[in-house]
Amino acid sequence: MKIAVFIKQVPDSAAKIAVENGVVKWGDAPLVINPWDEYAVEAALQLAEKHGGEVTAFSMGGDSSKEALKHALAMGCGNAVLINDAALAAVDAAGSARVFAAAVKKLGDADLAVFGKQAIDSDTGLVTAMTARVLGWPALTLVALVAELDASAKTIRVERGVEEGRQVVDSKLPAVLSIIKDFGEPRYPSFMGIRKASKAEIGTWTLDDLGISAPDAKVSWPELISPPKRDVTTEMITGSSPEEIANTLADKIITEGVL
Amino acid sequence: MAGKIWVYIDHFKGKPLPASWEAVSAGAKLGEVTALAFGQDAEALAKQAIHYGASDAFFADDAGLADFRGEPYASLISKLAKEHQPEAILFPGSTRGRELAAMAAIDLDSGVLPDVIEIKDEGEKLAAVRPIYAGKLFSKVVCNSKPALLTLRVRAFGKPVVDTGRSGTTTKVEAAIAEKDIATKIAEYKTVEGRVSLGDAAVIVSGGRGTSNNPNLTPPAEITDEKQKEIWRAQQGFKMIGELAGVLSAAVGASRAAVDAGYVPYRHQVGQTGKVVSPDLYIALGISGAIQHLAGMRTSKVIVAVNKDPDAPIFKMSRFGVVGDLYEIVPALTKAFKERLHK
Repeated sequence: MKIAVFIKQVPDSAAKIAVENGVVKWGDAPLVINPWDEYAVEAALQLAEKHGGEVTAFSMGGDSSKEALKHALAMGCGNAVLINDAALAAVDAAGSARVFAAAVKKLGDADLAVFGKQAIDSDTGLVTAMTARVLGWPALTLVALVAELDASAKTIRVERGVEEGRQVVDSKLPAVLSIIKDFGEPRYPSFMGIRKASKAEIGTWTLDDLGISAPDAKVSWPELISPPKRDVTTEMITGSSPEEIANTLADKIITEGVL
Repeated sequence: MAGKIWVYIDHFKGKPLPASWEAVSAGAKLGEVTALAFGQDAEALAKQAIHYGASDAFFADDAGLADFRGEPYASLISKLAKEHQPEAILFPGSTRGRELAAMAAIDLDSGVLPDVIEIKDEGEKLAAVRPIYAGKLFSKVVCNSKPALLTLRVRAFGKPVVDTGRSGTTTKVEAAIAEKDIATKIAEYKTVEGRVSLGDAAVIVSGGRGTSNNPNLTPPAEITDEKQKEIWRAQQGFKMIGELAGVLSAAVGASRAAVDAGYVPYRHQVGQTGKVVSPDLYIALGISGAIQHLAGMRTSKVIVAVNKDPDAPIFKMSRFGVVGDLYEIVPALTKAFKERLHK
């Protein structure tokens, strides 16, 4: 099986995010592989280990995104490719999907393209379904478990985590998957993996290499806004016993009119 | 907006999501709304959409559309949109709404403004405000193509008004692709025990690391492993939290620390790598308030925190705070609400 996994480099989730002169700043917080994408890498590796095959990790971005790719290599991915092109600076979700679909096609004969649930910076959660639609493949989003996979018959059974519970879906391959945390904890890179990744050559593909022109931006984001400060006066509730505190608190909450 | 606003009515096995009516009512503020009710025998949903403010509706009645599947639903919405050229299509911000908007955007060569909390009609173009970085920042977003596709953050657009006297035309539409051309089949649904619906809950009661902090609880003798003892203690805490949630008709949430420690399943997690929520009342029990957690619940109307640590960051966000042991406060609070709410 040939599996493509797509990852993104993002500011660490513990970062304090602020806007300065219209630009997002995250202080001295490190850039890391998007936490959701670690589950995608884990799923891709497990499927390749179980059913045979190789995993190629892709990331779109500048040279700094090579660090995220090295993390994926250290976890066990066989290859990594950076998609880097100045024309992609303001690419939106639909444009990203067109680029990723072109990368899947260039890789050739892929059975699965695997994504994380969403990126914790842009938070769109759109790219998996969009990429599937560009490829004309089914989108199996929010996968918690791959219950069955038959690489020769080209079929897969997954359990999806949706609002109402687990949905069991049968699908043909190739397919595009997004993975959620229920799939299982991502592995830590091994010492050998880290050594291998540090020496690895990461190839770069441009739009020319992919054979596509820069997608038009259907969505633009002209302005970043600091969220309104939470204007709250905290009232500490005290009392001589838990019962007294609880009674006061319950009365106060009821007075707020939110029950 | 000069043209038609379409609103997709999301449902599960014919039962509409309340967020669908929020979307109809948000759409009606922009222009005349046409509702889209796909499913098997979805005419009742179409009529309900009209009661909530739609002018008319398309509905499907097709066994192949009985359950939501991205491929046939997207093909149908895209075919109709190509024929009728709406200005914008609004979707409730459910997992289905988001997936459908994404697929339709590719078919219609347009873009999606996802998870918006405010819509701005700027004449020619539709703009919106949406949280990014789990709400640590907001972004104004503009759709440069038509139809503009928007998914609406659940509970961000106010309560819709229903008028069962309203009437409008409902038009039946046929599925756009045949079953043999659909790659996916839904085999079954497995219902998950103790289901939470954090996204649309009006009240959320959440537990954190503090739930494991009760030395007075003695785990059964067969549990010898320290980690398992800790999990057992925390689970007693979550049982207690569940009782409070029951009295308040609330969903149960949790911090990432509690989920990662194995106290409760992931579907309860509130925060940047869990669910971003915006209830009327959020009660945080034994949660100190890591930045990732605060990002996920900071837009709650009233926040209440109970924590042993008087310096816990959660207090700065809270309307009411109690420095104390949740094992003492929570049962007393459950009793107090039972008396006051007559449950």
